[in-house]
Amino acid sequence: MVTNTSLAVNIENLGFHYPGNSGVTYHDLNLKIAEGERFGLFGPNGAGKTTLMNLMTGLLIADTGSIELLGHKIGTKSKTVNKLFGFVPQDFSFYQELSPIENLQFFGAWYGLNRKQIAQRSEELLEILGLTEVSHKAVENFSGGMKRRVNLAIGVIHNPKILFLDEPTVGVDVQTRHAIIDYLKQLNNNGTTLIYTSHQLSEAEGLCEQIALVDKGEIVREGKLDNLLEEYGHQDLEELFLNLTGKEYRN
Amino acid sequence: MFKLRASIIKDVRILLRDKVGISLMFIMPVILVIVVTSIQNSTFQLMNKNKLTVVVCNKDAGKLSTQLIATINKIGMFKVAQVPGNQNPQQIADGMHTNDAMLAITIPADFTQKIEAKAKGSSNKALKSFGLQADSAKEVKLSAATPLTLYYNPSIPESIRFSVNGALGSALQIVESRETLRTLYFAINEKEMPAALENEMLNGKAAINQVPVSKNGSNKAPNATQHNVPAWTIFAMFFIIMSLSGSVVREKVSGSFIRLKTLPTNFAVGLLSKQITYLCVTLFQALVIFSLGLWFFPYINLPALNLPADILGLVVVTIAVGYCAVSYAICVGVFAHTQEQANGFGAVSIVILSAIGGLMVPSFAMPGALKTISALSPLHWCIEAYYGLFLEGAGLKDVVISIVPLIGITLVFQALTYVGLKRKNLI
Repeated sequence: MVTNTSLAVNIENLGFHYPGNSGVTYHDLNLKIAEGERFGLFGPNGAGKTTLMNLMTGLLIADTGSIELLGHKIGTKSKTVNKLFGFVPQDFSFYQELSPIENLQFFGAWYGLNRKQIAQRSEELLEILGLTEVSHKAVENFSGGMKRRVNLAIGVIHNPKILFLDEPTVGVDVQTRHAIIDYLKQLNNNGTTLIYTSHQLSEAEGLCEQIALVDKGEIVREGKLDNLLEEYGHQDLEELFLNLTGKEYRN
Repeated sequence: MFKLRASIIKDVRILLRDKVGISLMFIMPVILVIVVTSIQNSTFQLMNKNKLTVVVCNKDAGKLSTQLIATINKIGMFKVAQVPGNQNPQQIADGMHTNDAMLAITIPADFTQKIEAKAKGSSNKALKSFGLQADSAKEVKLSAATPLTLYYNPSIPESIRFSVNGALGSALQIVESRETLRTLYFAINEKEMPAALENEMLNGKAAINQVPVSKNGSNKAPNATQHNVPAWTIFAMFFIIMSLSGSVVREKVSGSFIRLKTLPTNFAVGLLSKQITYLCVTLFQALVIFSLGLWFFPYINLPALNLPADILGLVVVTIAVGYCAVSYAICVGVFAHTQEQANGFGAVSIVILSAIGGLMVPSFAMPGALKTISALSPLHWCIEAYYGLFLEGAGLKDVVISIVPLIGITLVFQALTYVGLKRKNLI
């Protein structure tokens, strides 16, 4: 049943714990992300950002409550809901033995695209992300930045309505970071909702309009970035982050 | 269908780039089948075709020892190498090494004398019992001839040693019987026995007809190739575990699996793709090894492989074996947590299953308990089916009894895989 179609993500009363309570635990978490937003999810290490993203993408199943993507409940693997979003995990999620074009051919098919669509989107993406010249070379020999671009290209080959990005620019040089951020903005301008986590707060500031700060399985603060900075009287996201989550080490 | 096709293409591409995996799947079994067949072939030839060289040290100067040597030669089993009669046991052992012989016999110095005495004694006893000699004639006590000594290399199989003993016993029997017959004839007729009569009496024994019994009436003798090619083909097919289970684990633990789980396609499609891809690999392995046996073996002086008459049966058995191997490898891959676990367990388990399954030692030679355990190994049913086709001339209907348990074991692997995938929330 489709409801709340203006929301890209609607999380209601979410409860989750890992077996043996070995990690972060969520109780009655609520979060709404509107369609077309550039949403940043921030928090210290172990705060539960990746867990929340895994719950939103169906990699983890909630104990209680519900998660809807564009009005479709997630939880059971369904073709409809899985086609709606793309996921760019923090780890390189592709076959290193294959070339970028071969990876795109395989993942494109599994996203449900036909041969013509795959060929067209692969060409576009390789061009935009500067991988055309190496499109037939095995990815295992690529630099970290090139691999990040391949990772991103696979996640967006099917033109998803929502794109989840878990630290998409970690370990890359300035040029690659700029290229990735520019492309993400371009995607957003074309209507894709971005849900993004990163420890690169200055980068996040330039990308995200709406943010949520997560810590110890709770959303500490949520709202428009500009409003939150004004409310707390901070110059940038990093100051706000330290103010709301503290300065002690996190493991 | 397009998703499955894309998966198969992906799996084939990854497989073709896995040089170590390809080496293990093709080069290793090819080397094994050539080496083991060559070694076993020379043993087969030693037993079946080559005459056994026997060193003969004749210490007797009489005519009967010469007759004995001639009779041994006539048996057809031995190649006689004579050494001087004055040699001691150490010199005889050296002679065995020099002549590459596994056997040696010494004929004692009194051989002729003792046989002649025994023949005379036997003749007298016979004449007396016929009433052709006075009761007062001196009774000669029959005494056995001085024994021959047989030296043998301890590595010679016991069965061969018994055959040699029997053959030498027959040769001795012929010499003794001939001498007794001649002596008796001379005592009655006071003239030499005619050669034709002697020949008729000694050689006119009943013949032994030999009838080969096989399912298709073939009289082709099993050779090292017929034994080893099917056995090592099965081993190679199951050894794809090194590549396939590793591939399943690699996919599971690598980042690619995280993305696969978020895609609108069931992972079962990926597993089906692997089954199809690797089943084709196993069939190709069989094709390569059978072709090797058919066309390459004759070039290296090994017997050529004789394909079974029932080619459909061969194809069905090969597909059943290949599918079982693929199912086992995927099952191990699903349960293993790391590639090292999958490879280590995979390799060791295949060697153990081969050993208990009868690939290395025939299962009929196993003790009772092991024979029962052997039936639990899928490789046992594979080799039984292949041996039926290759060695006994059986057809598909004859080997169904081996294929059915093999399919049963395959279904068990598939069921375990399903349970493992469900428990790990992979499908």
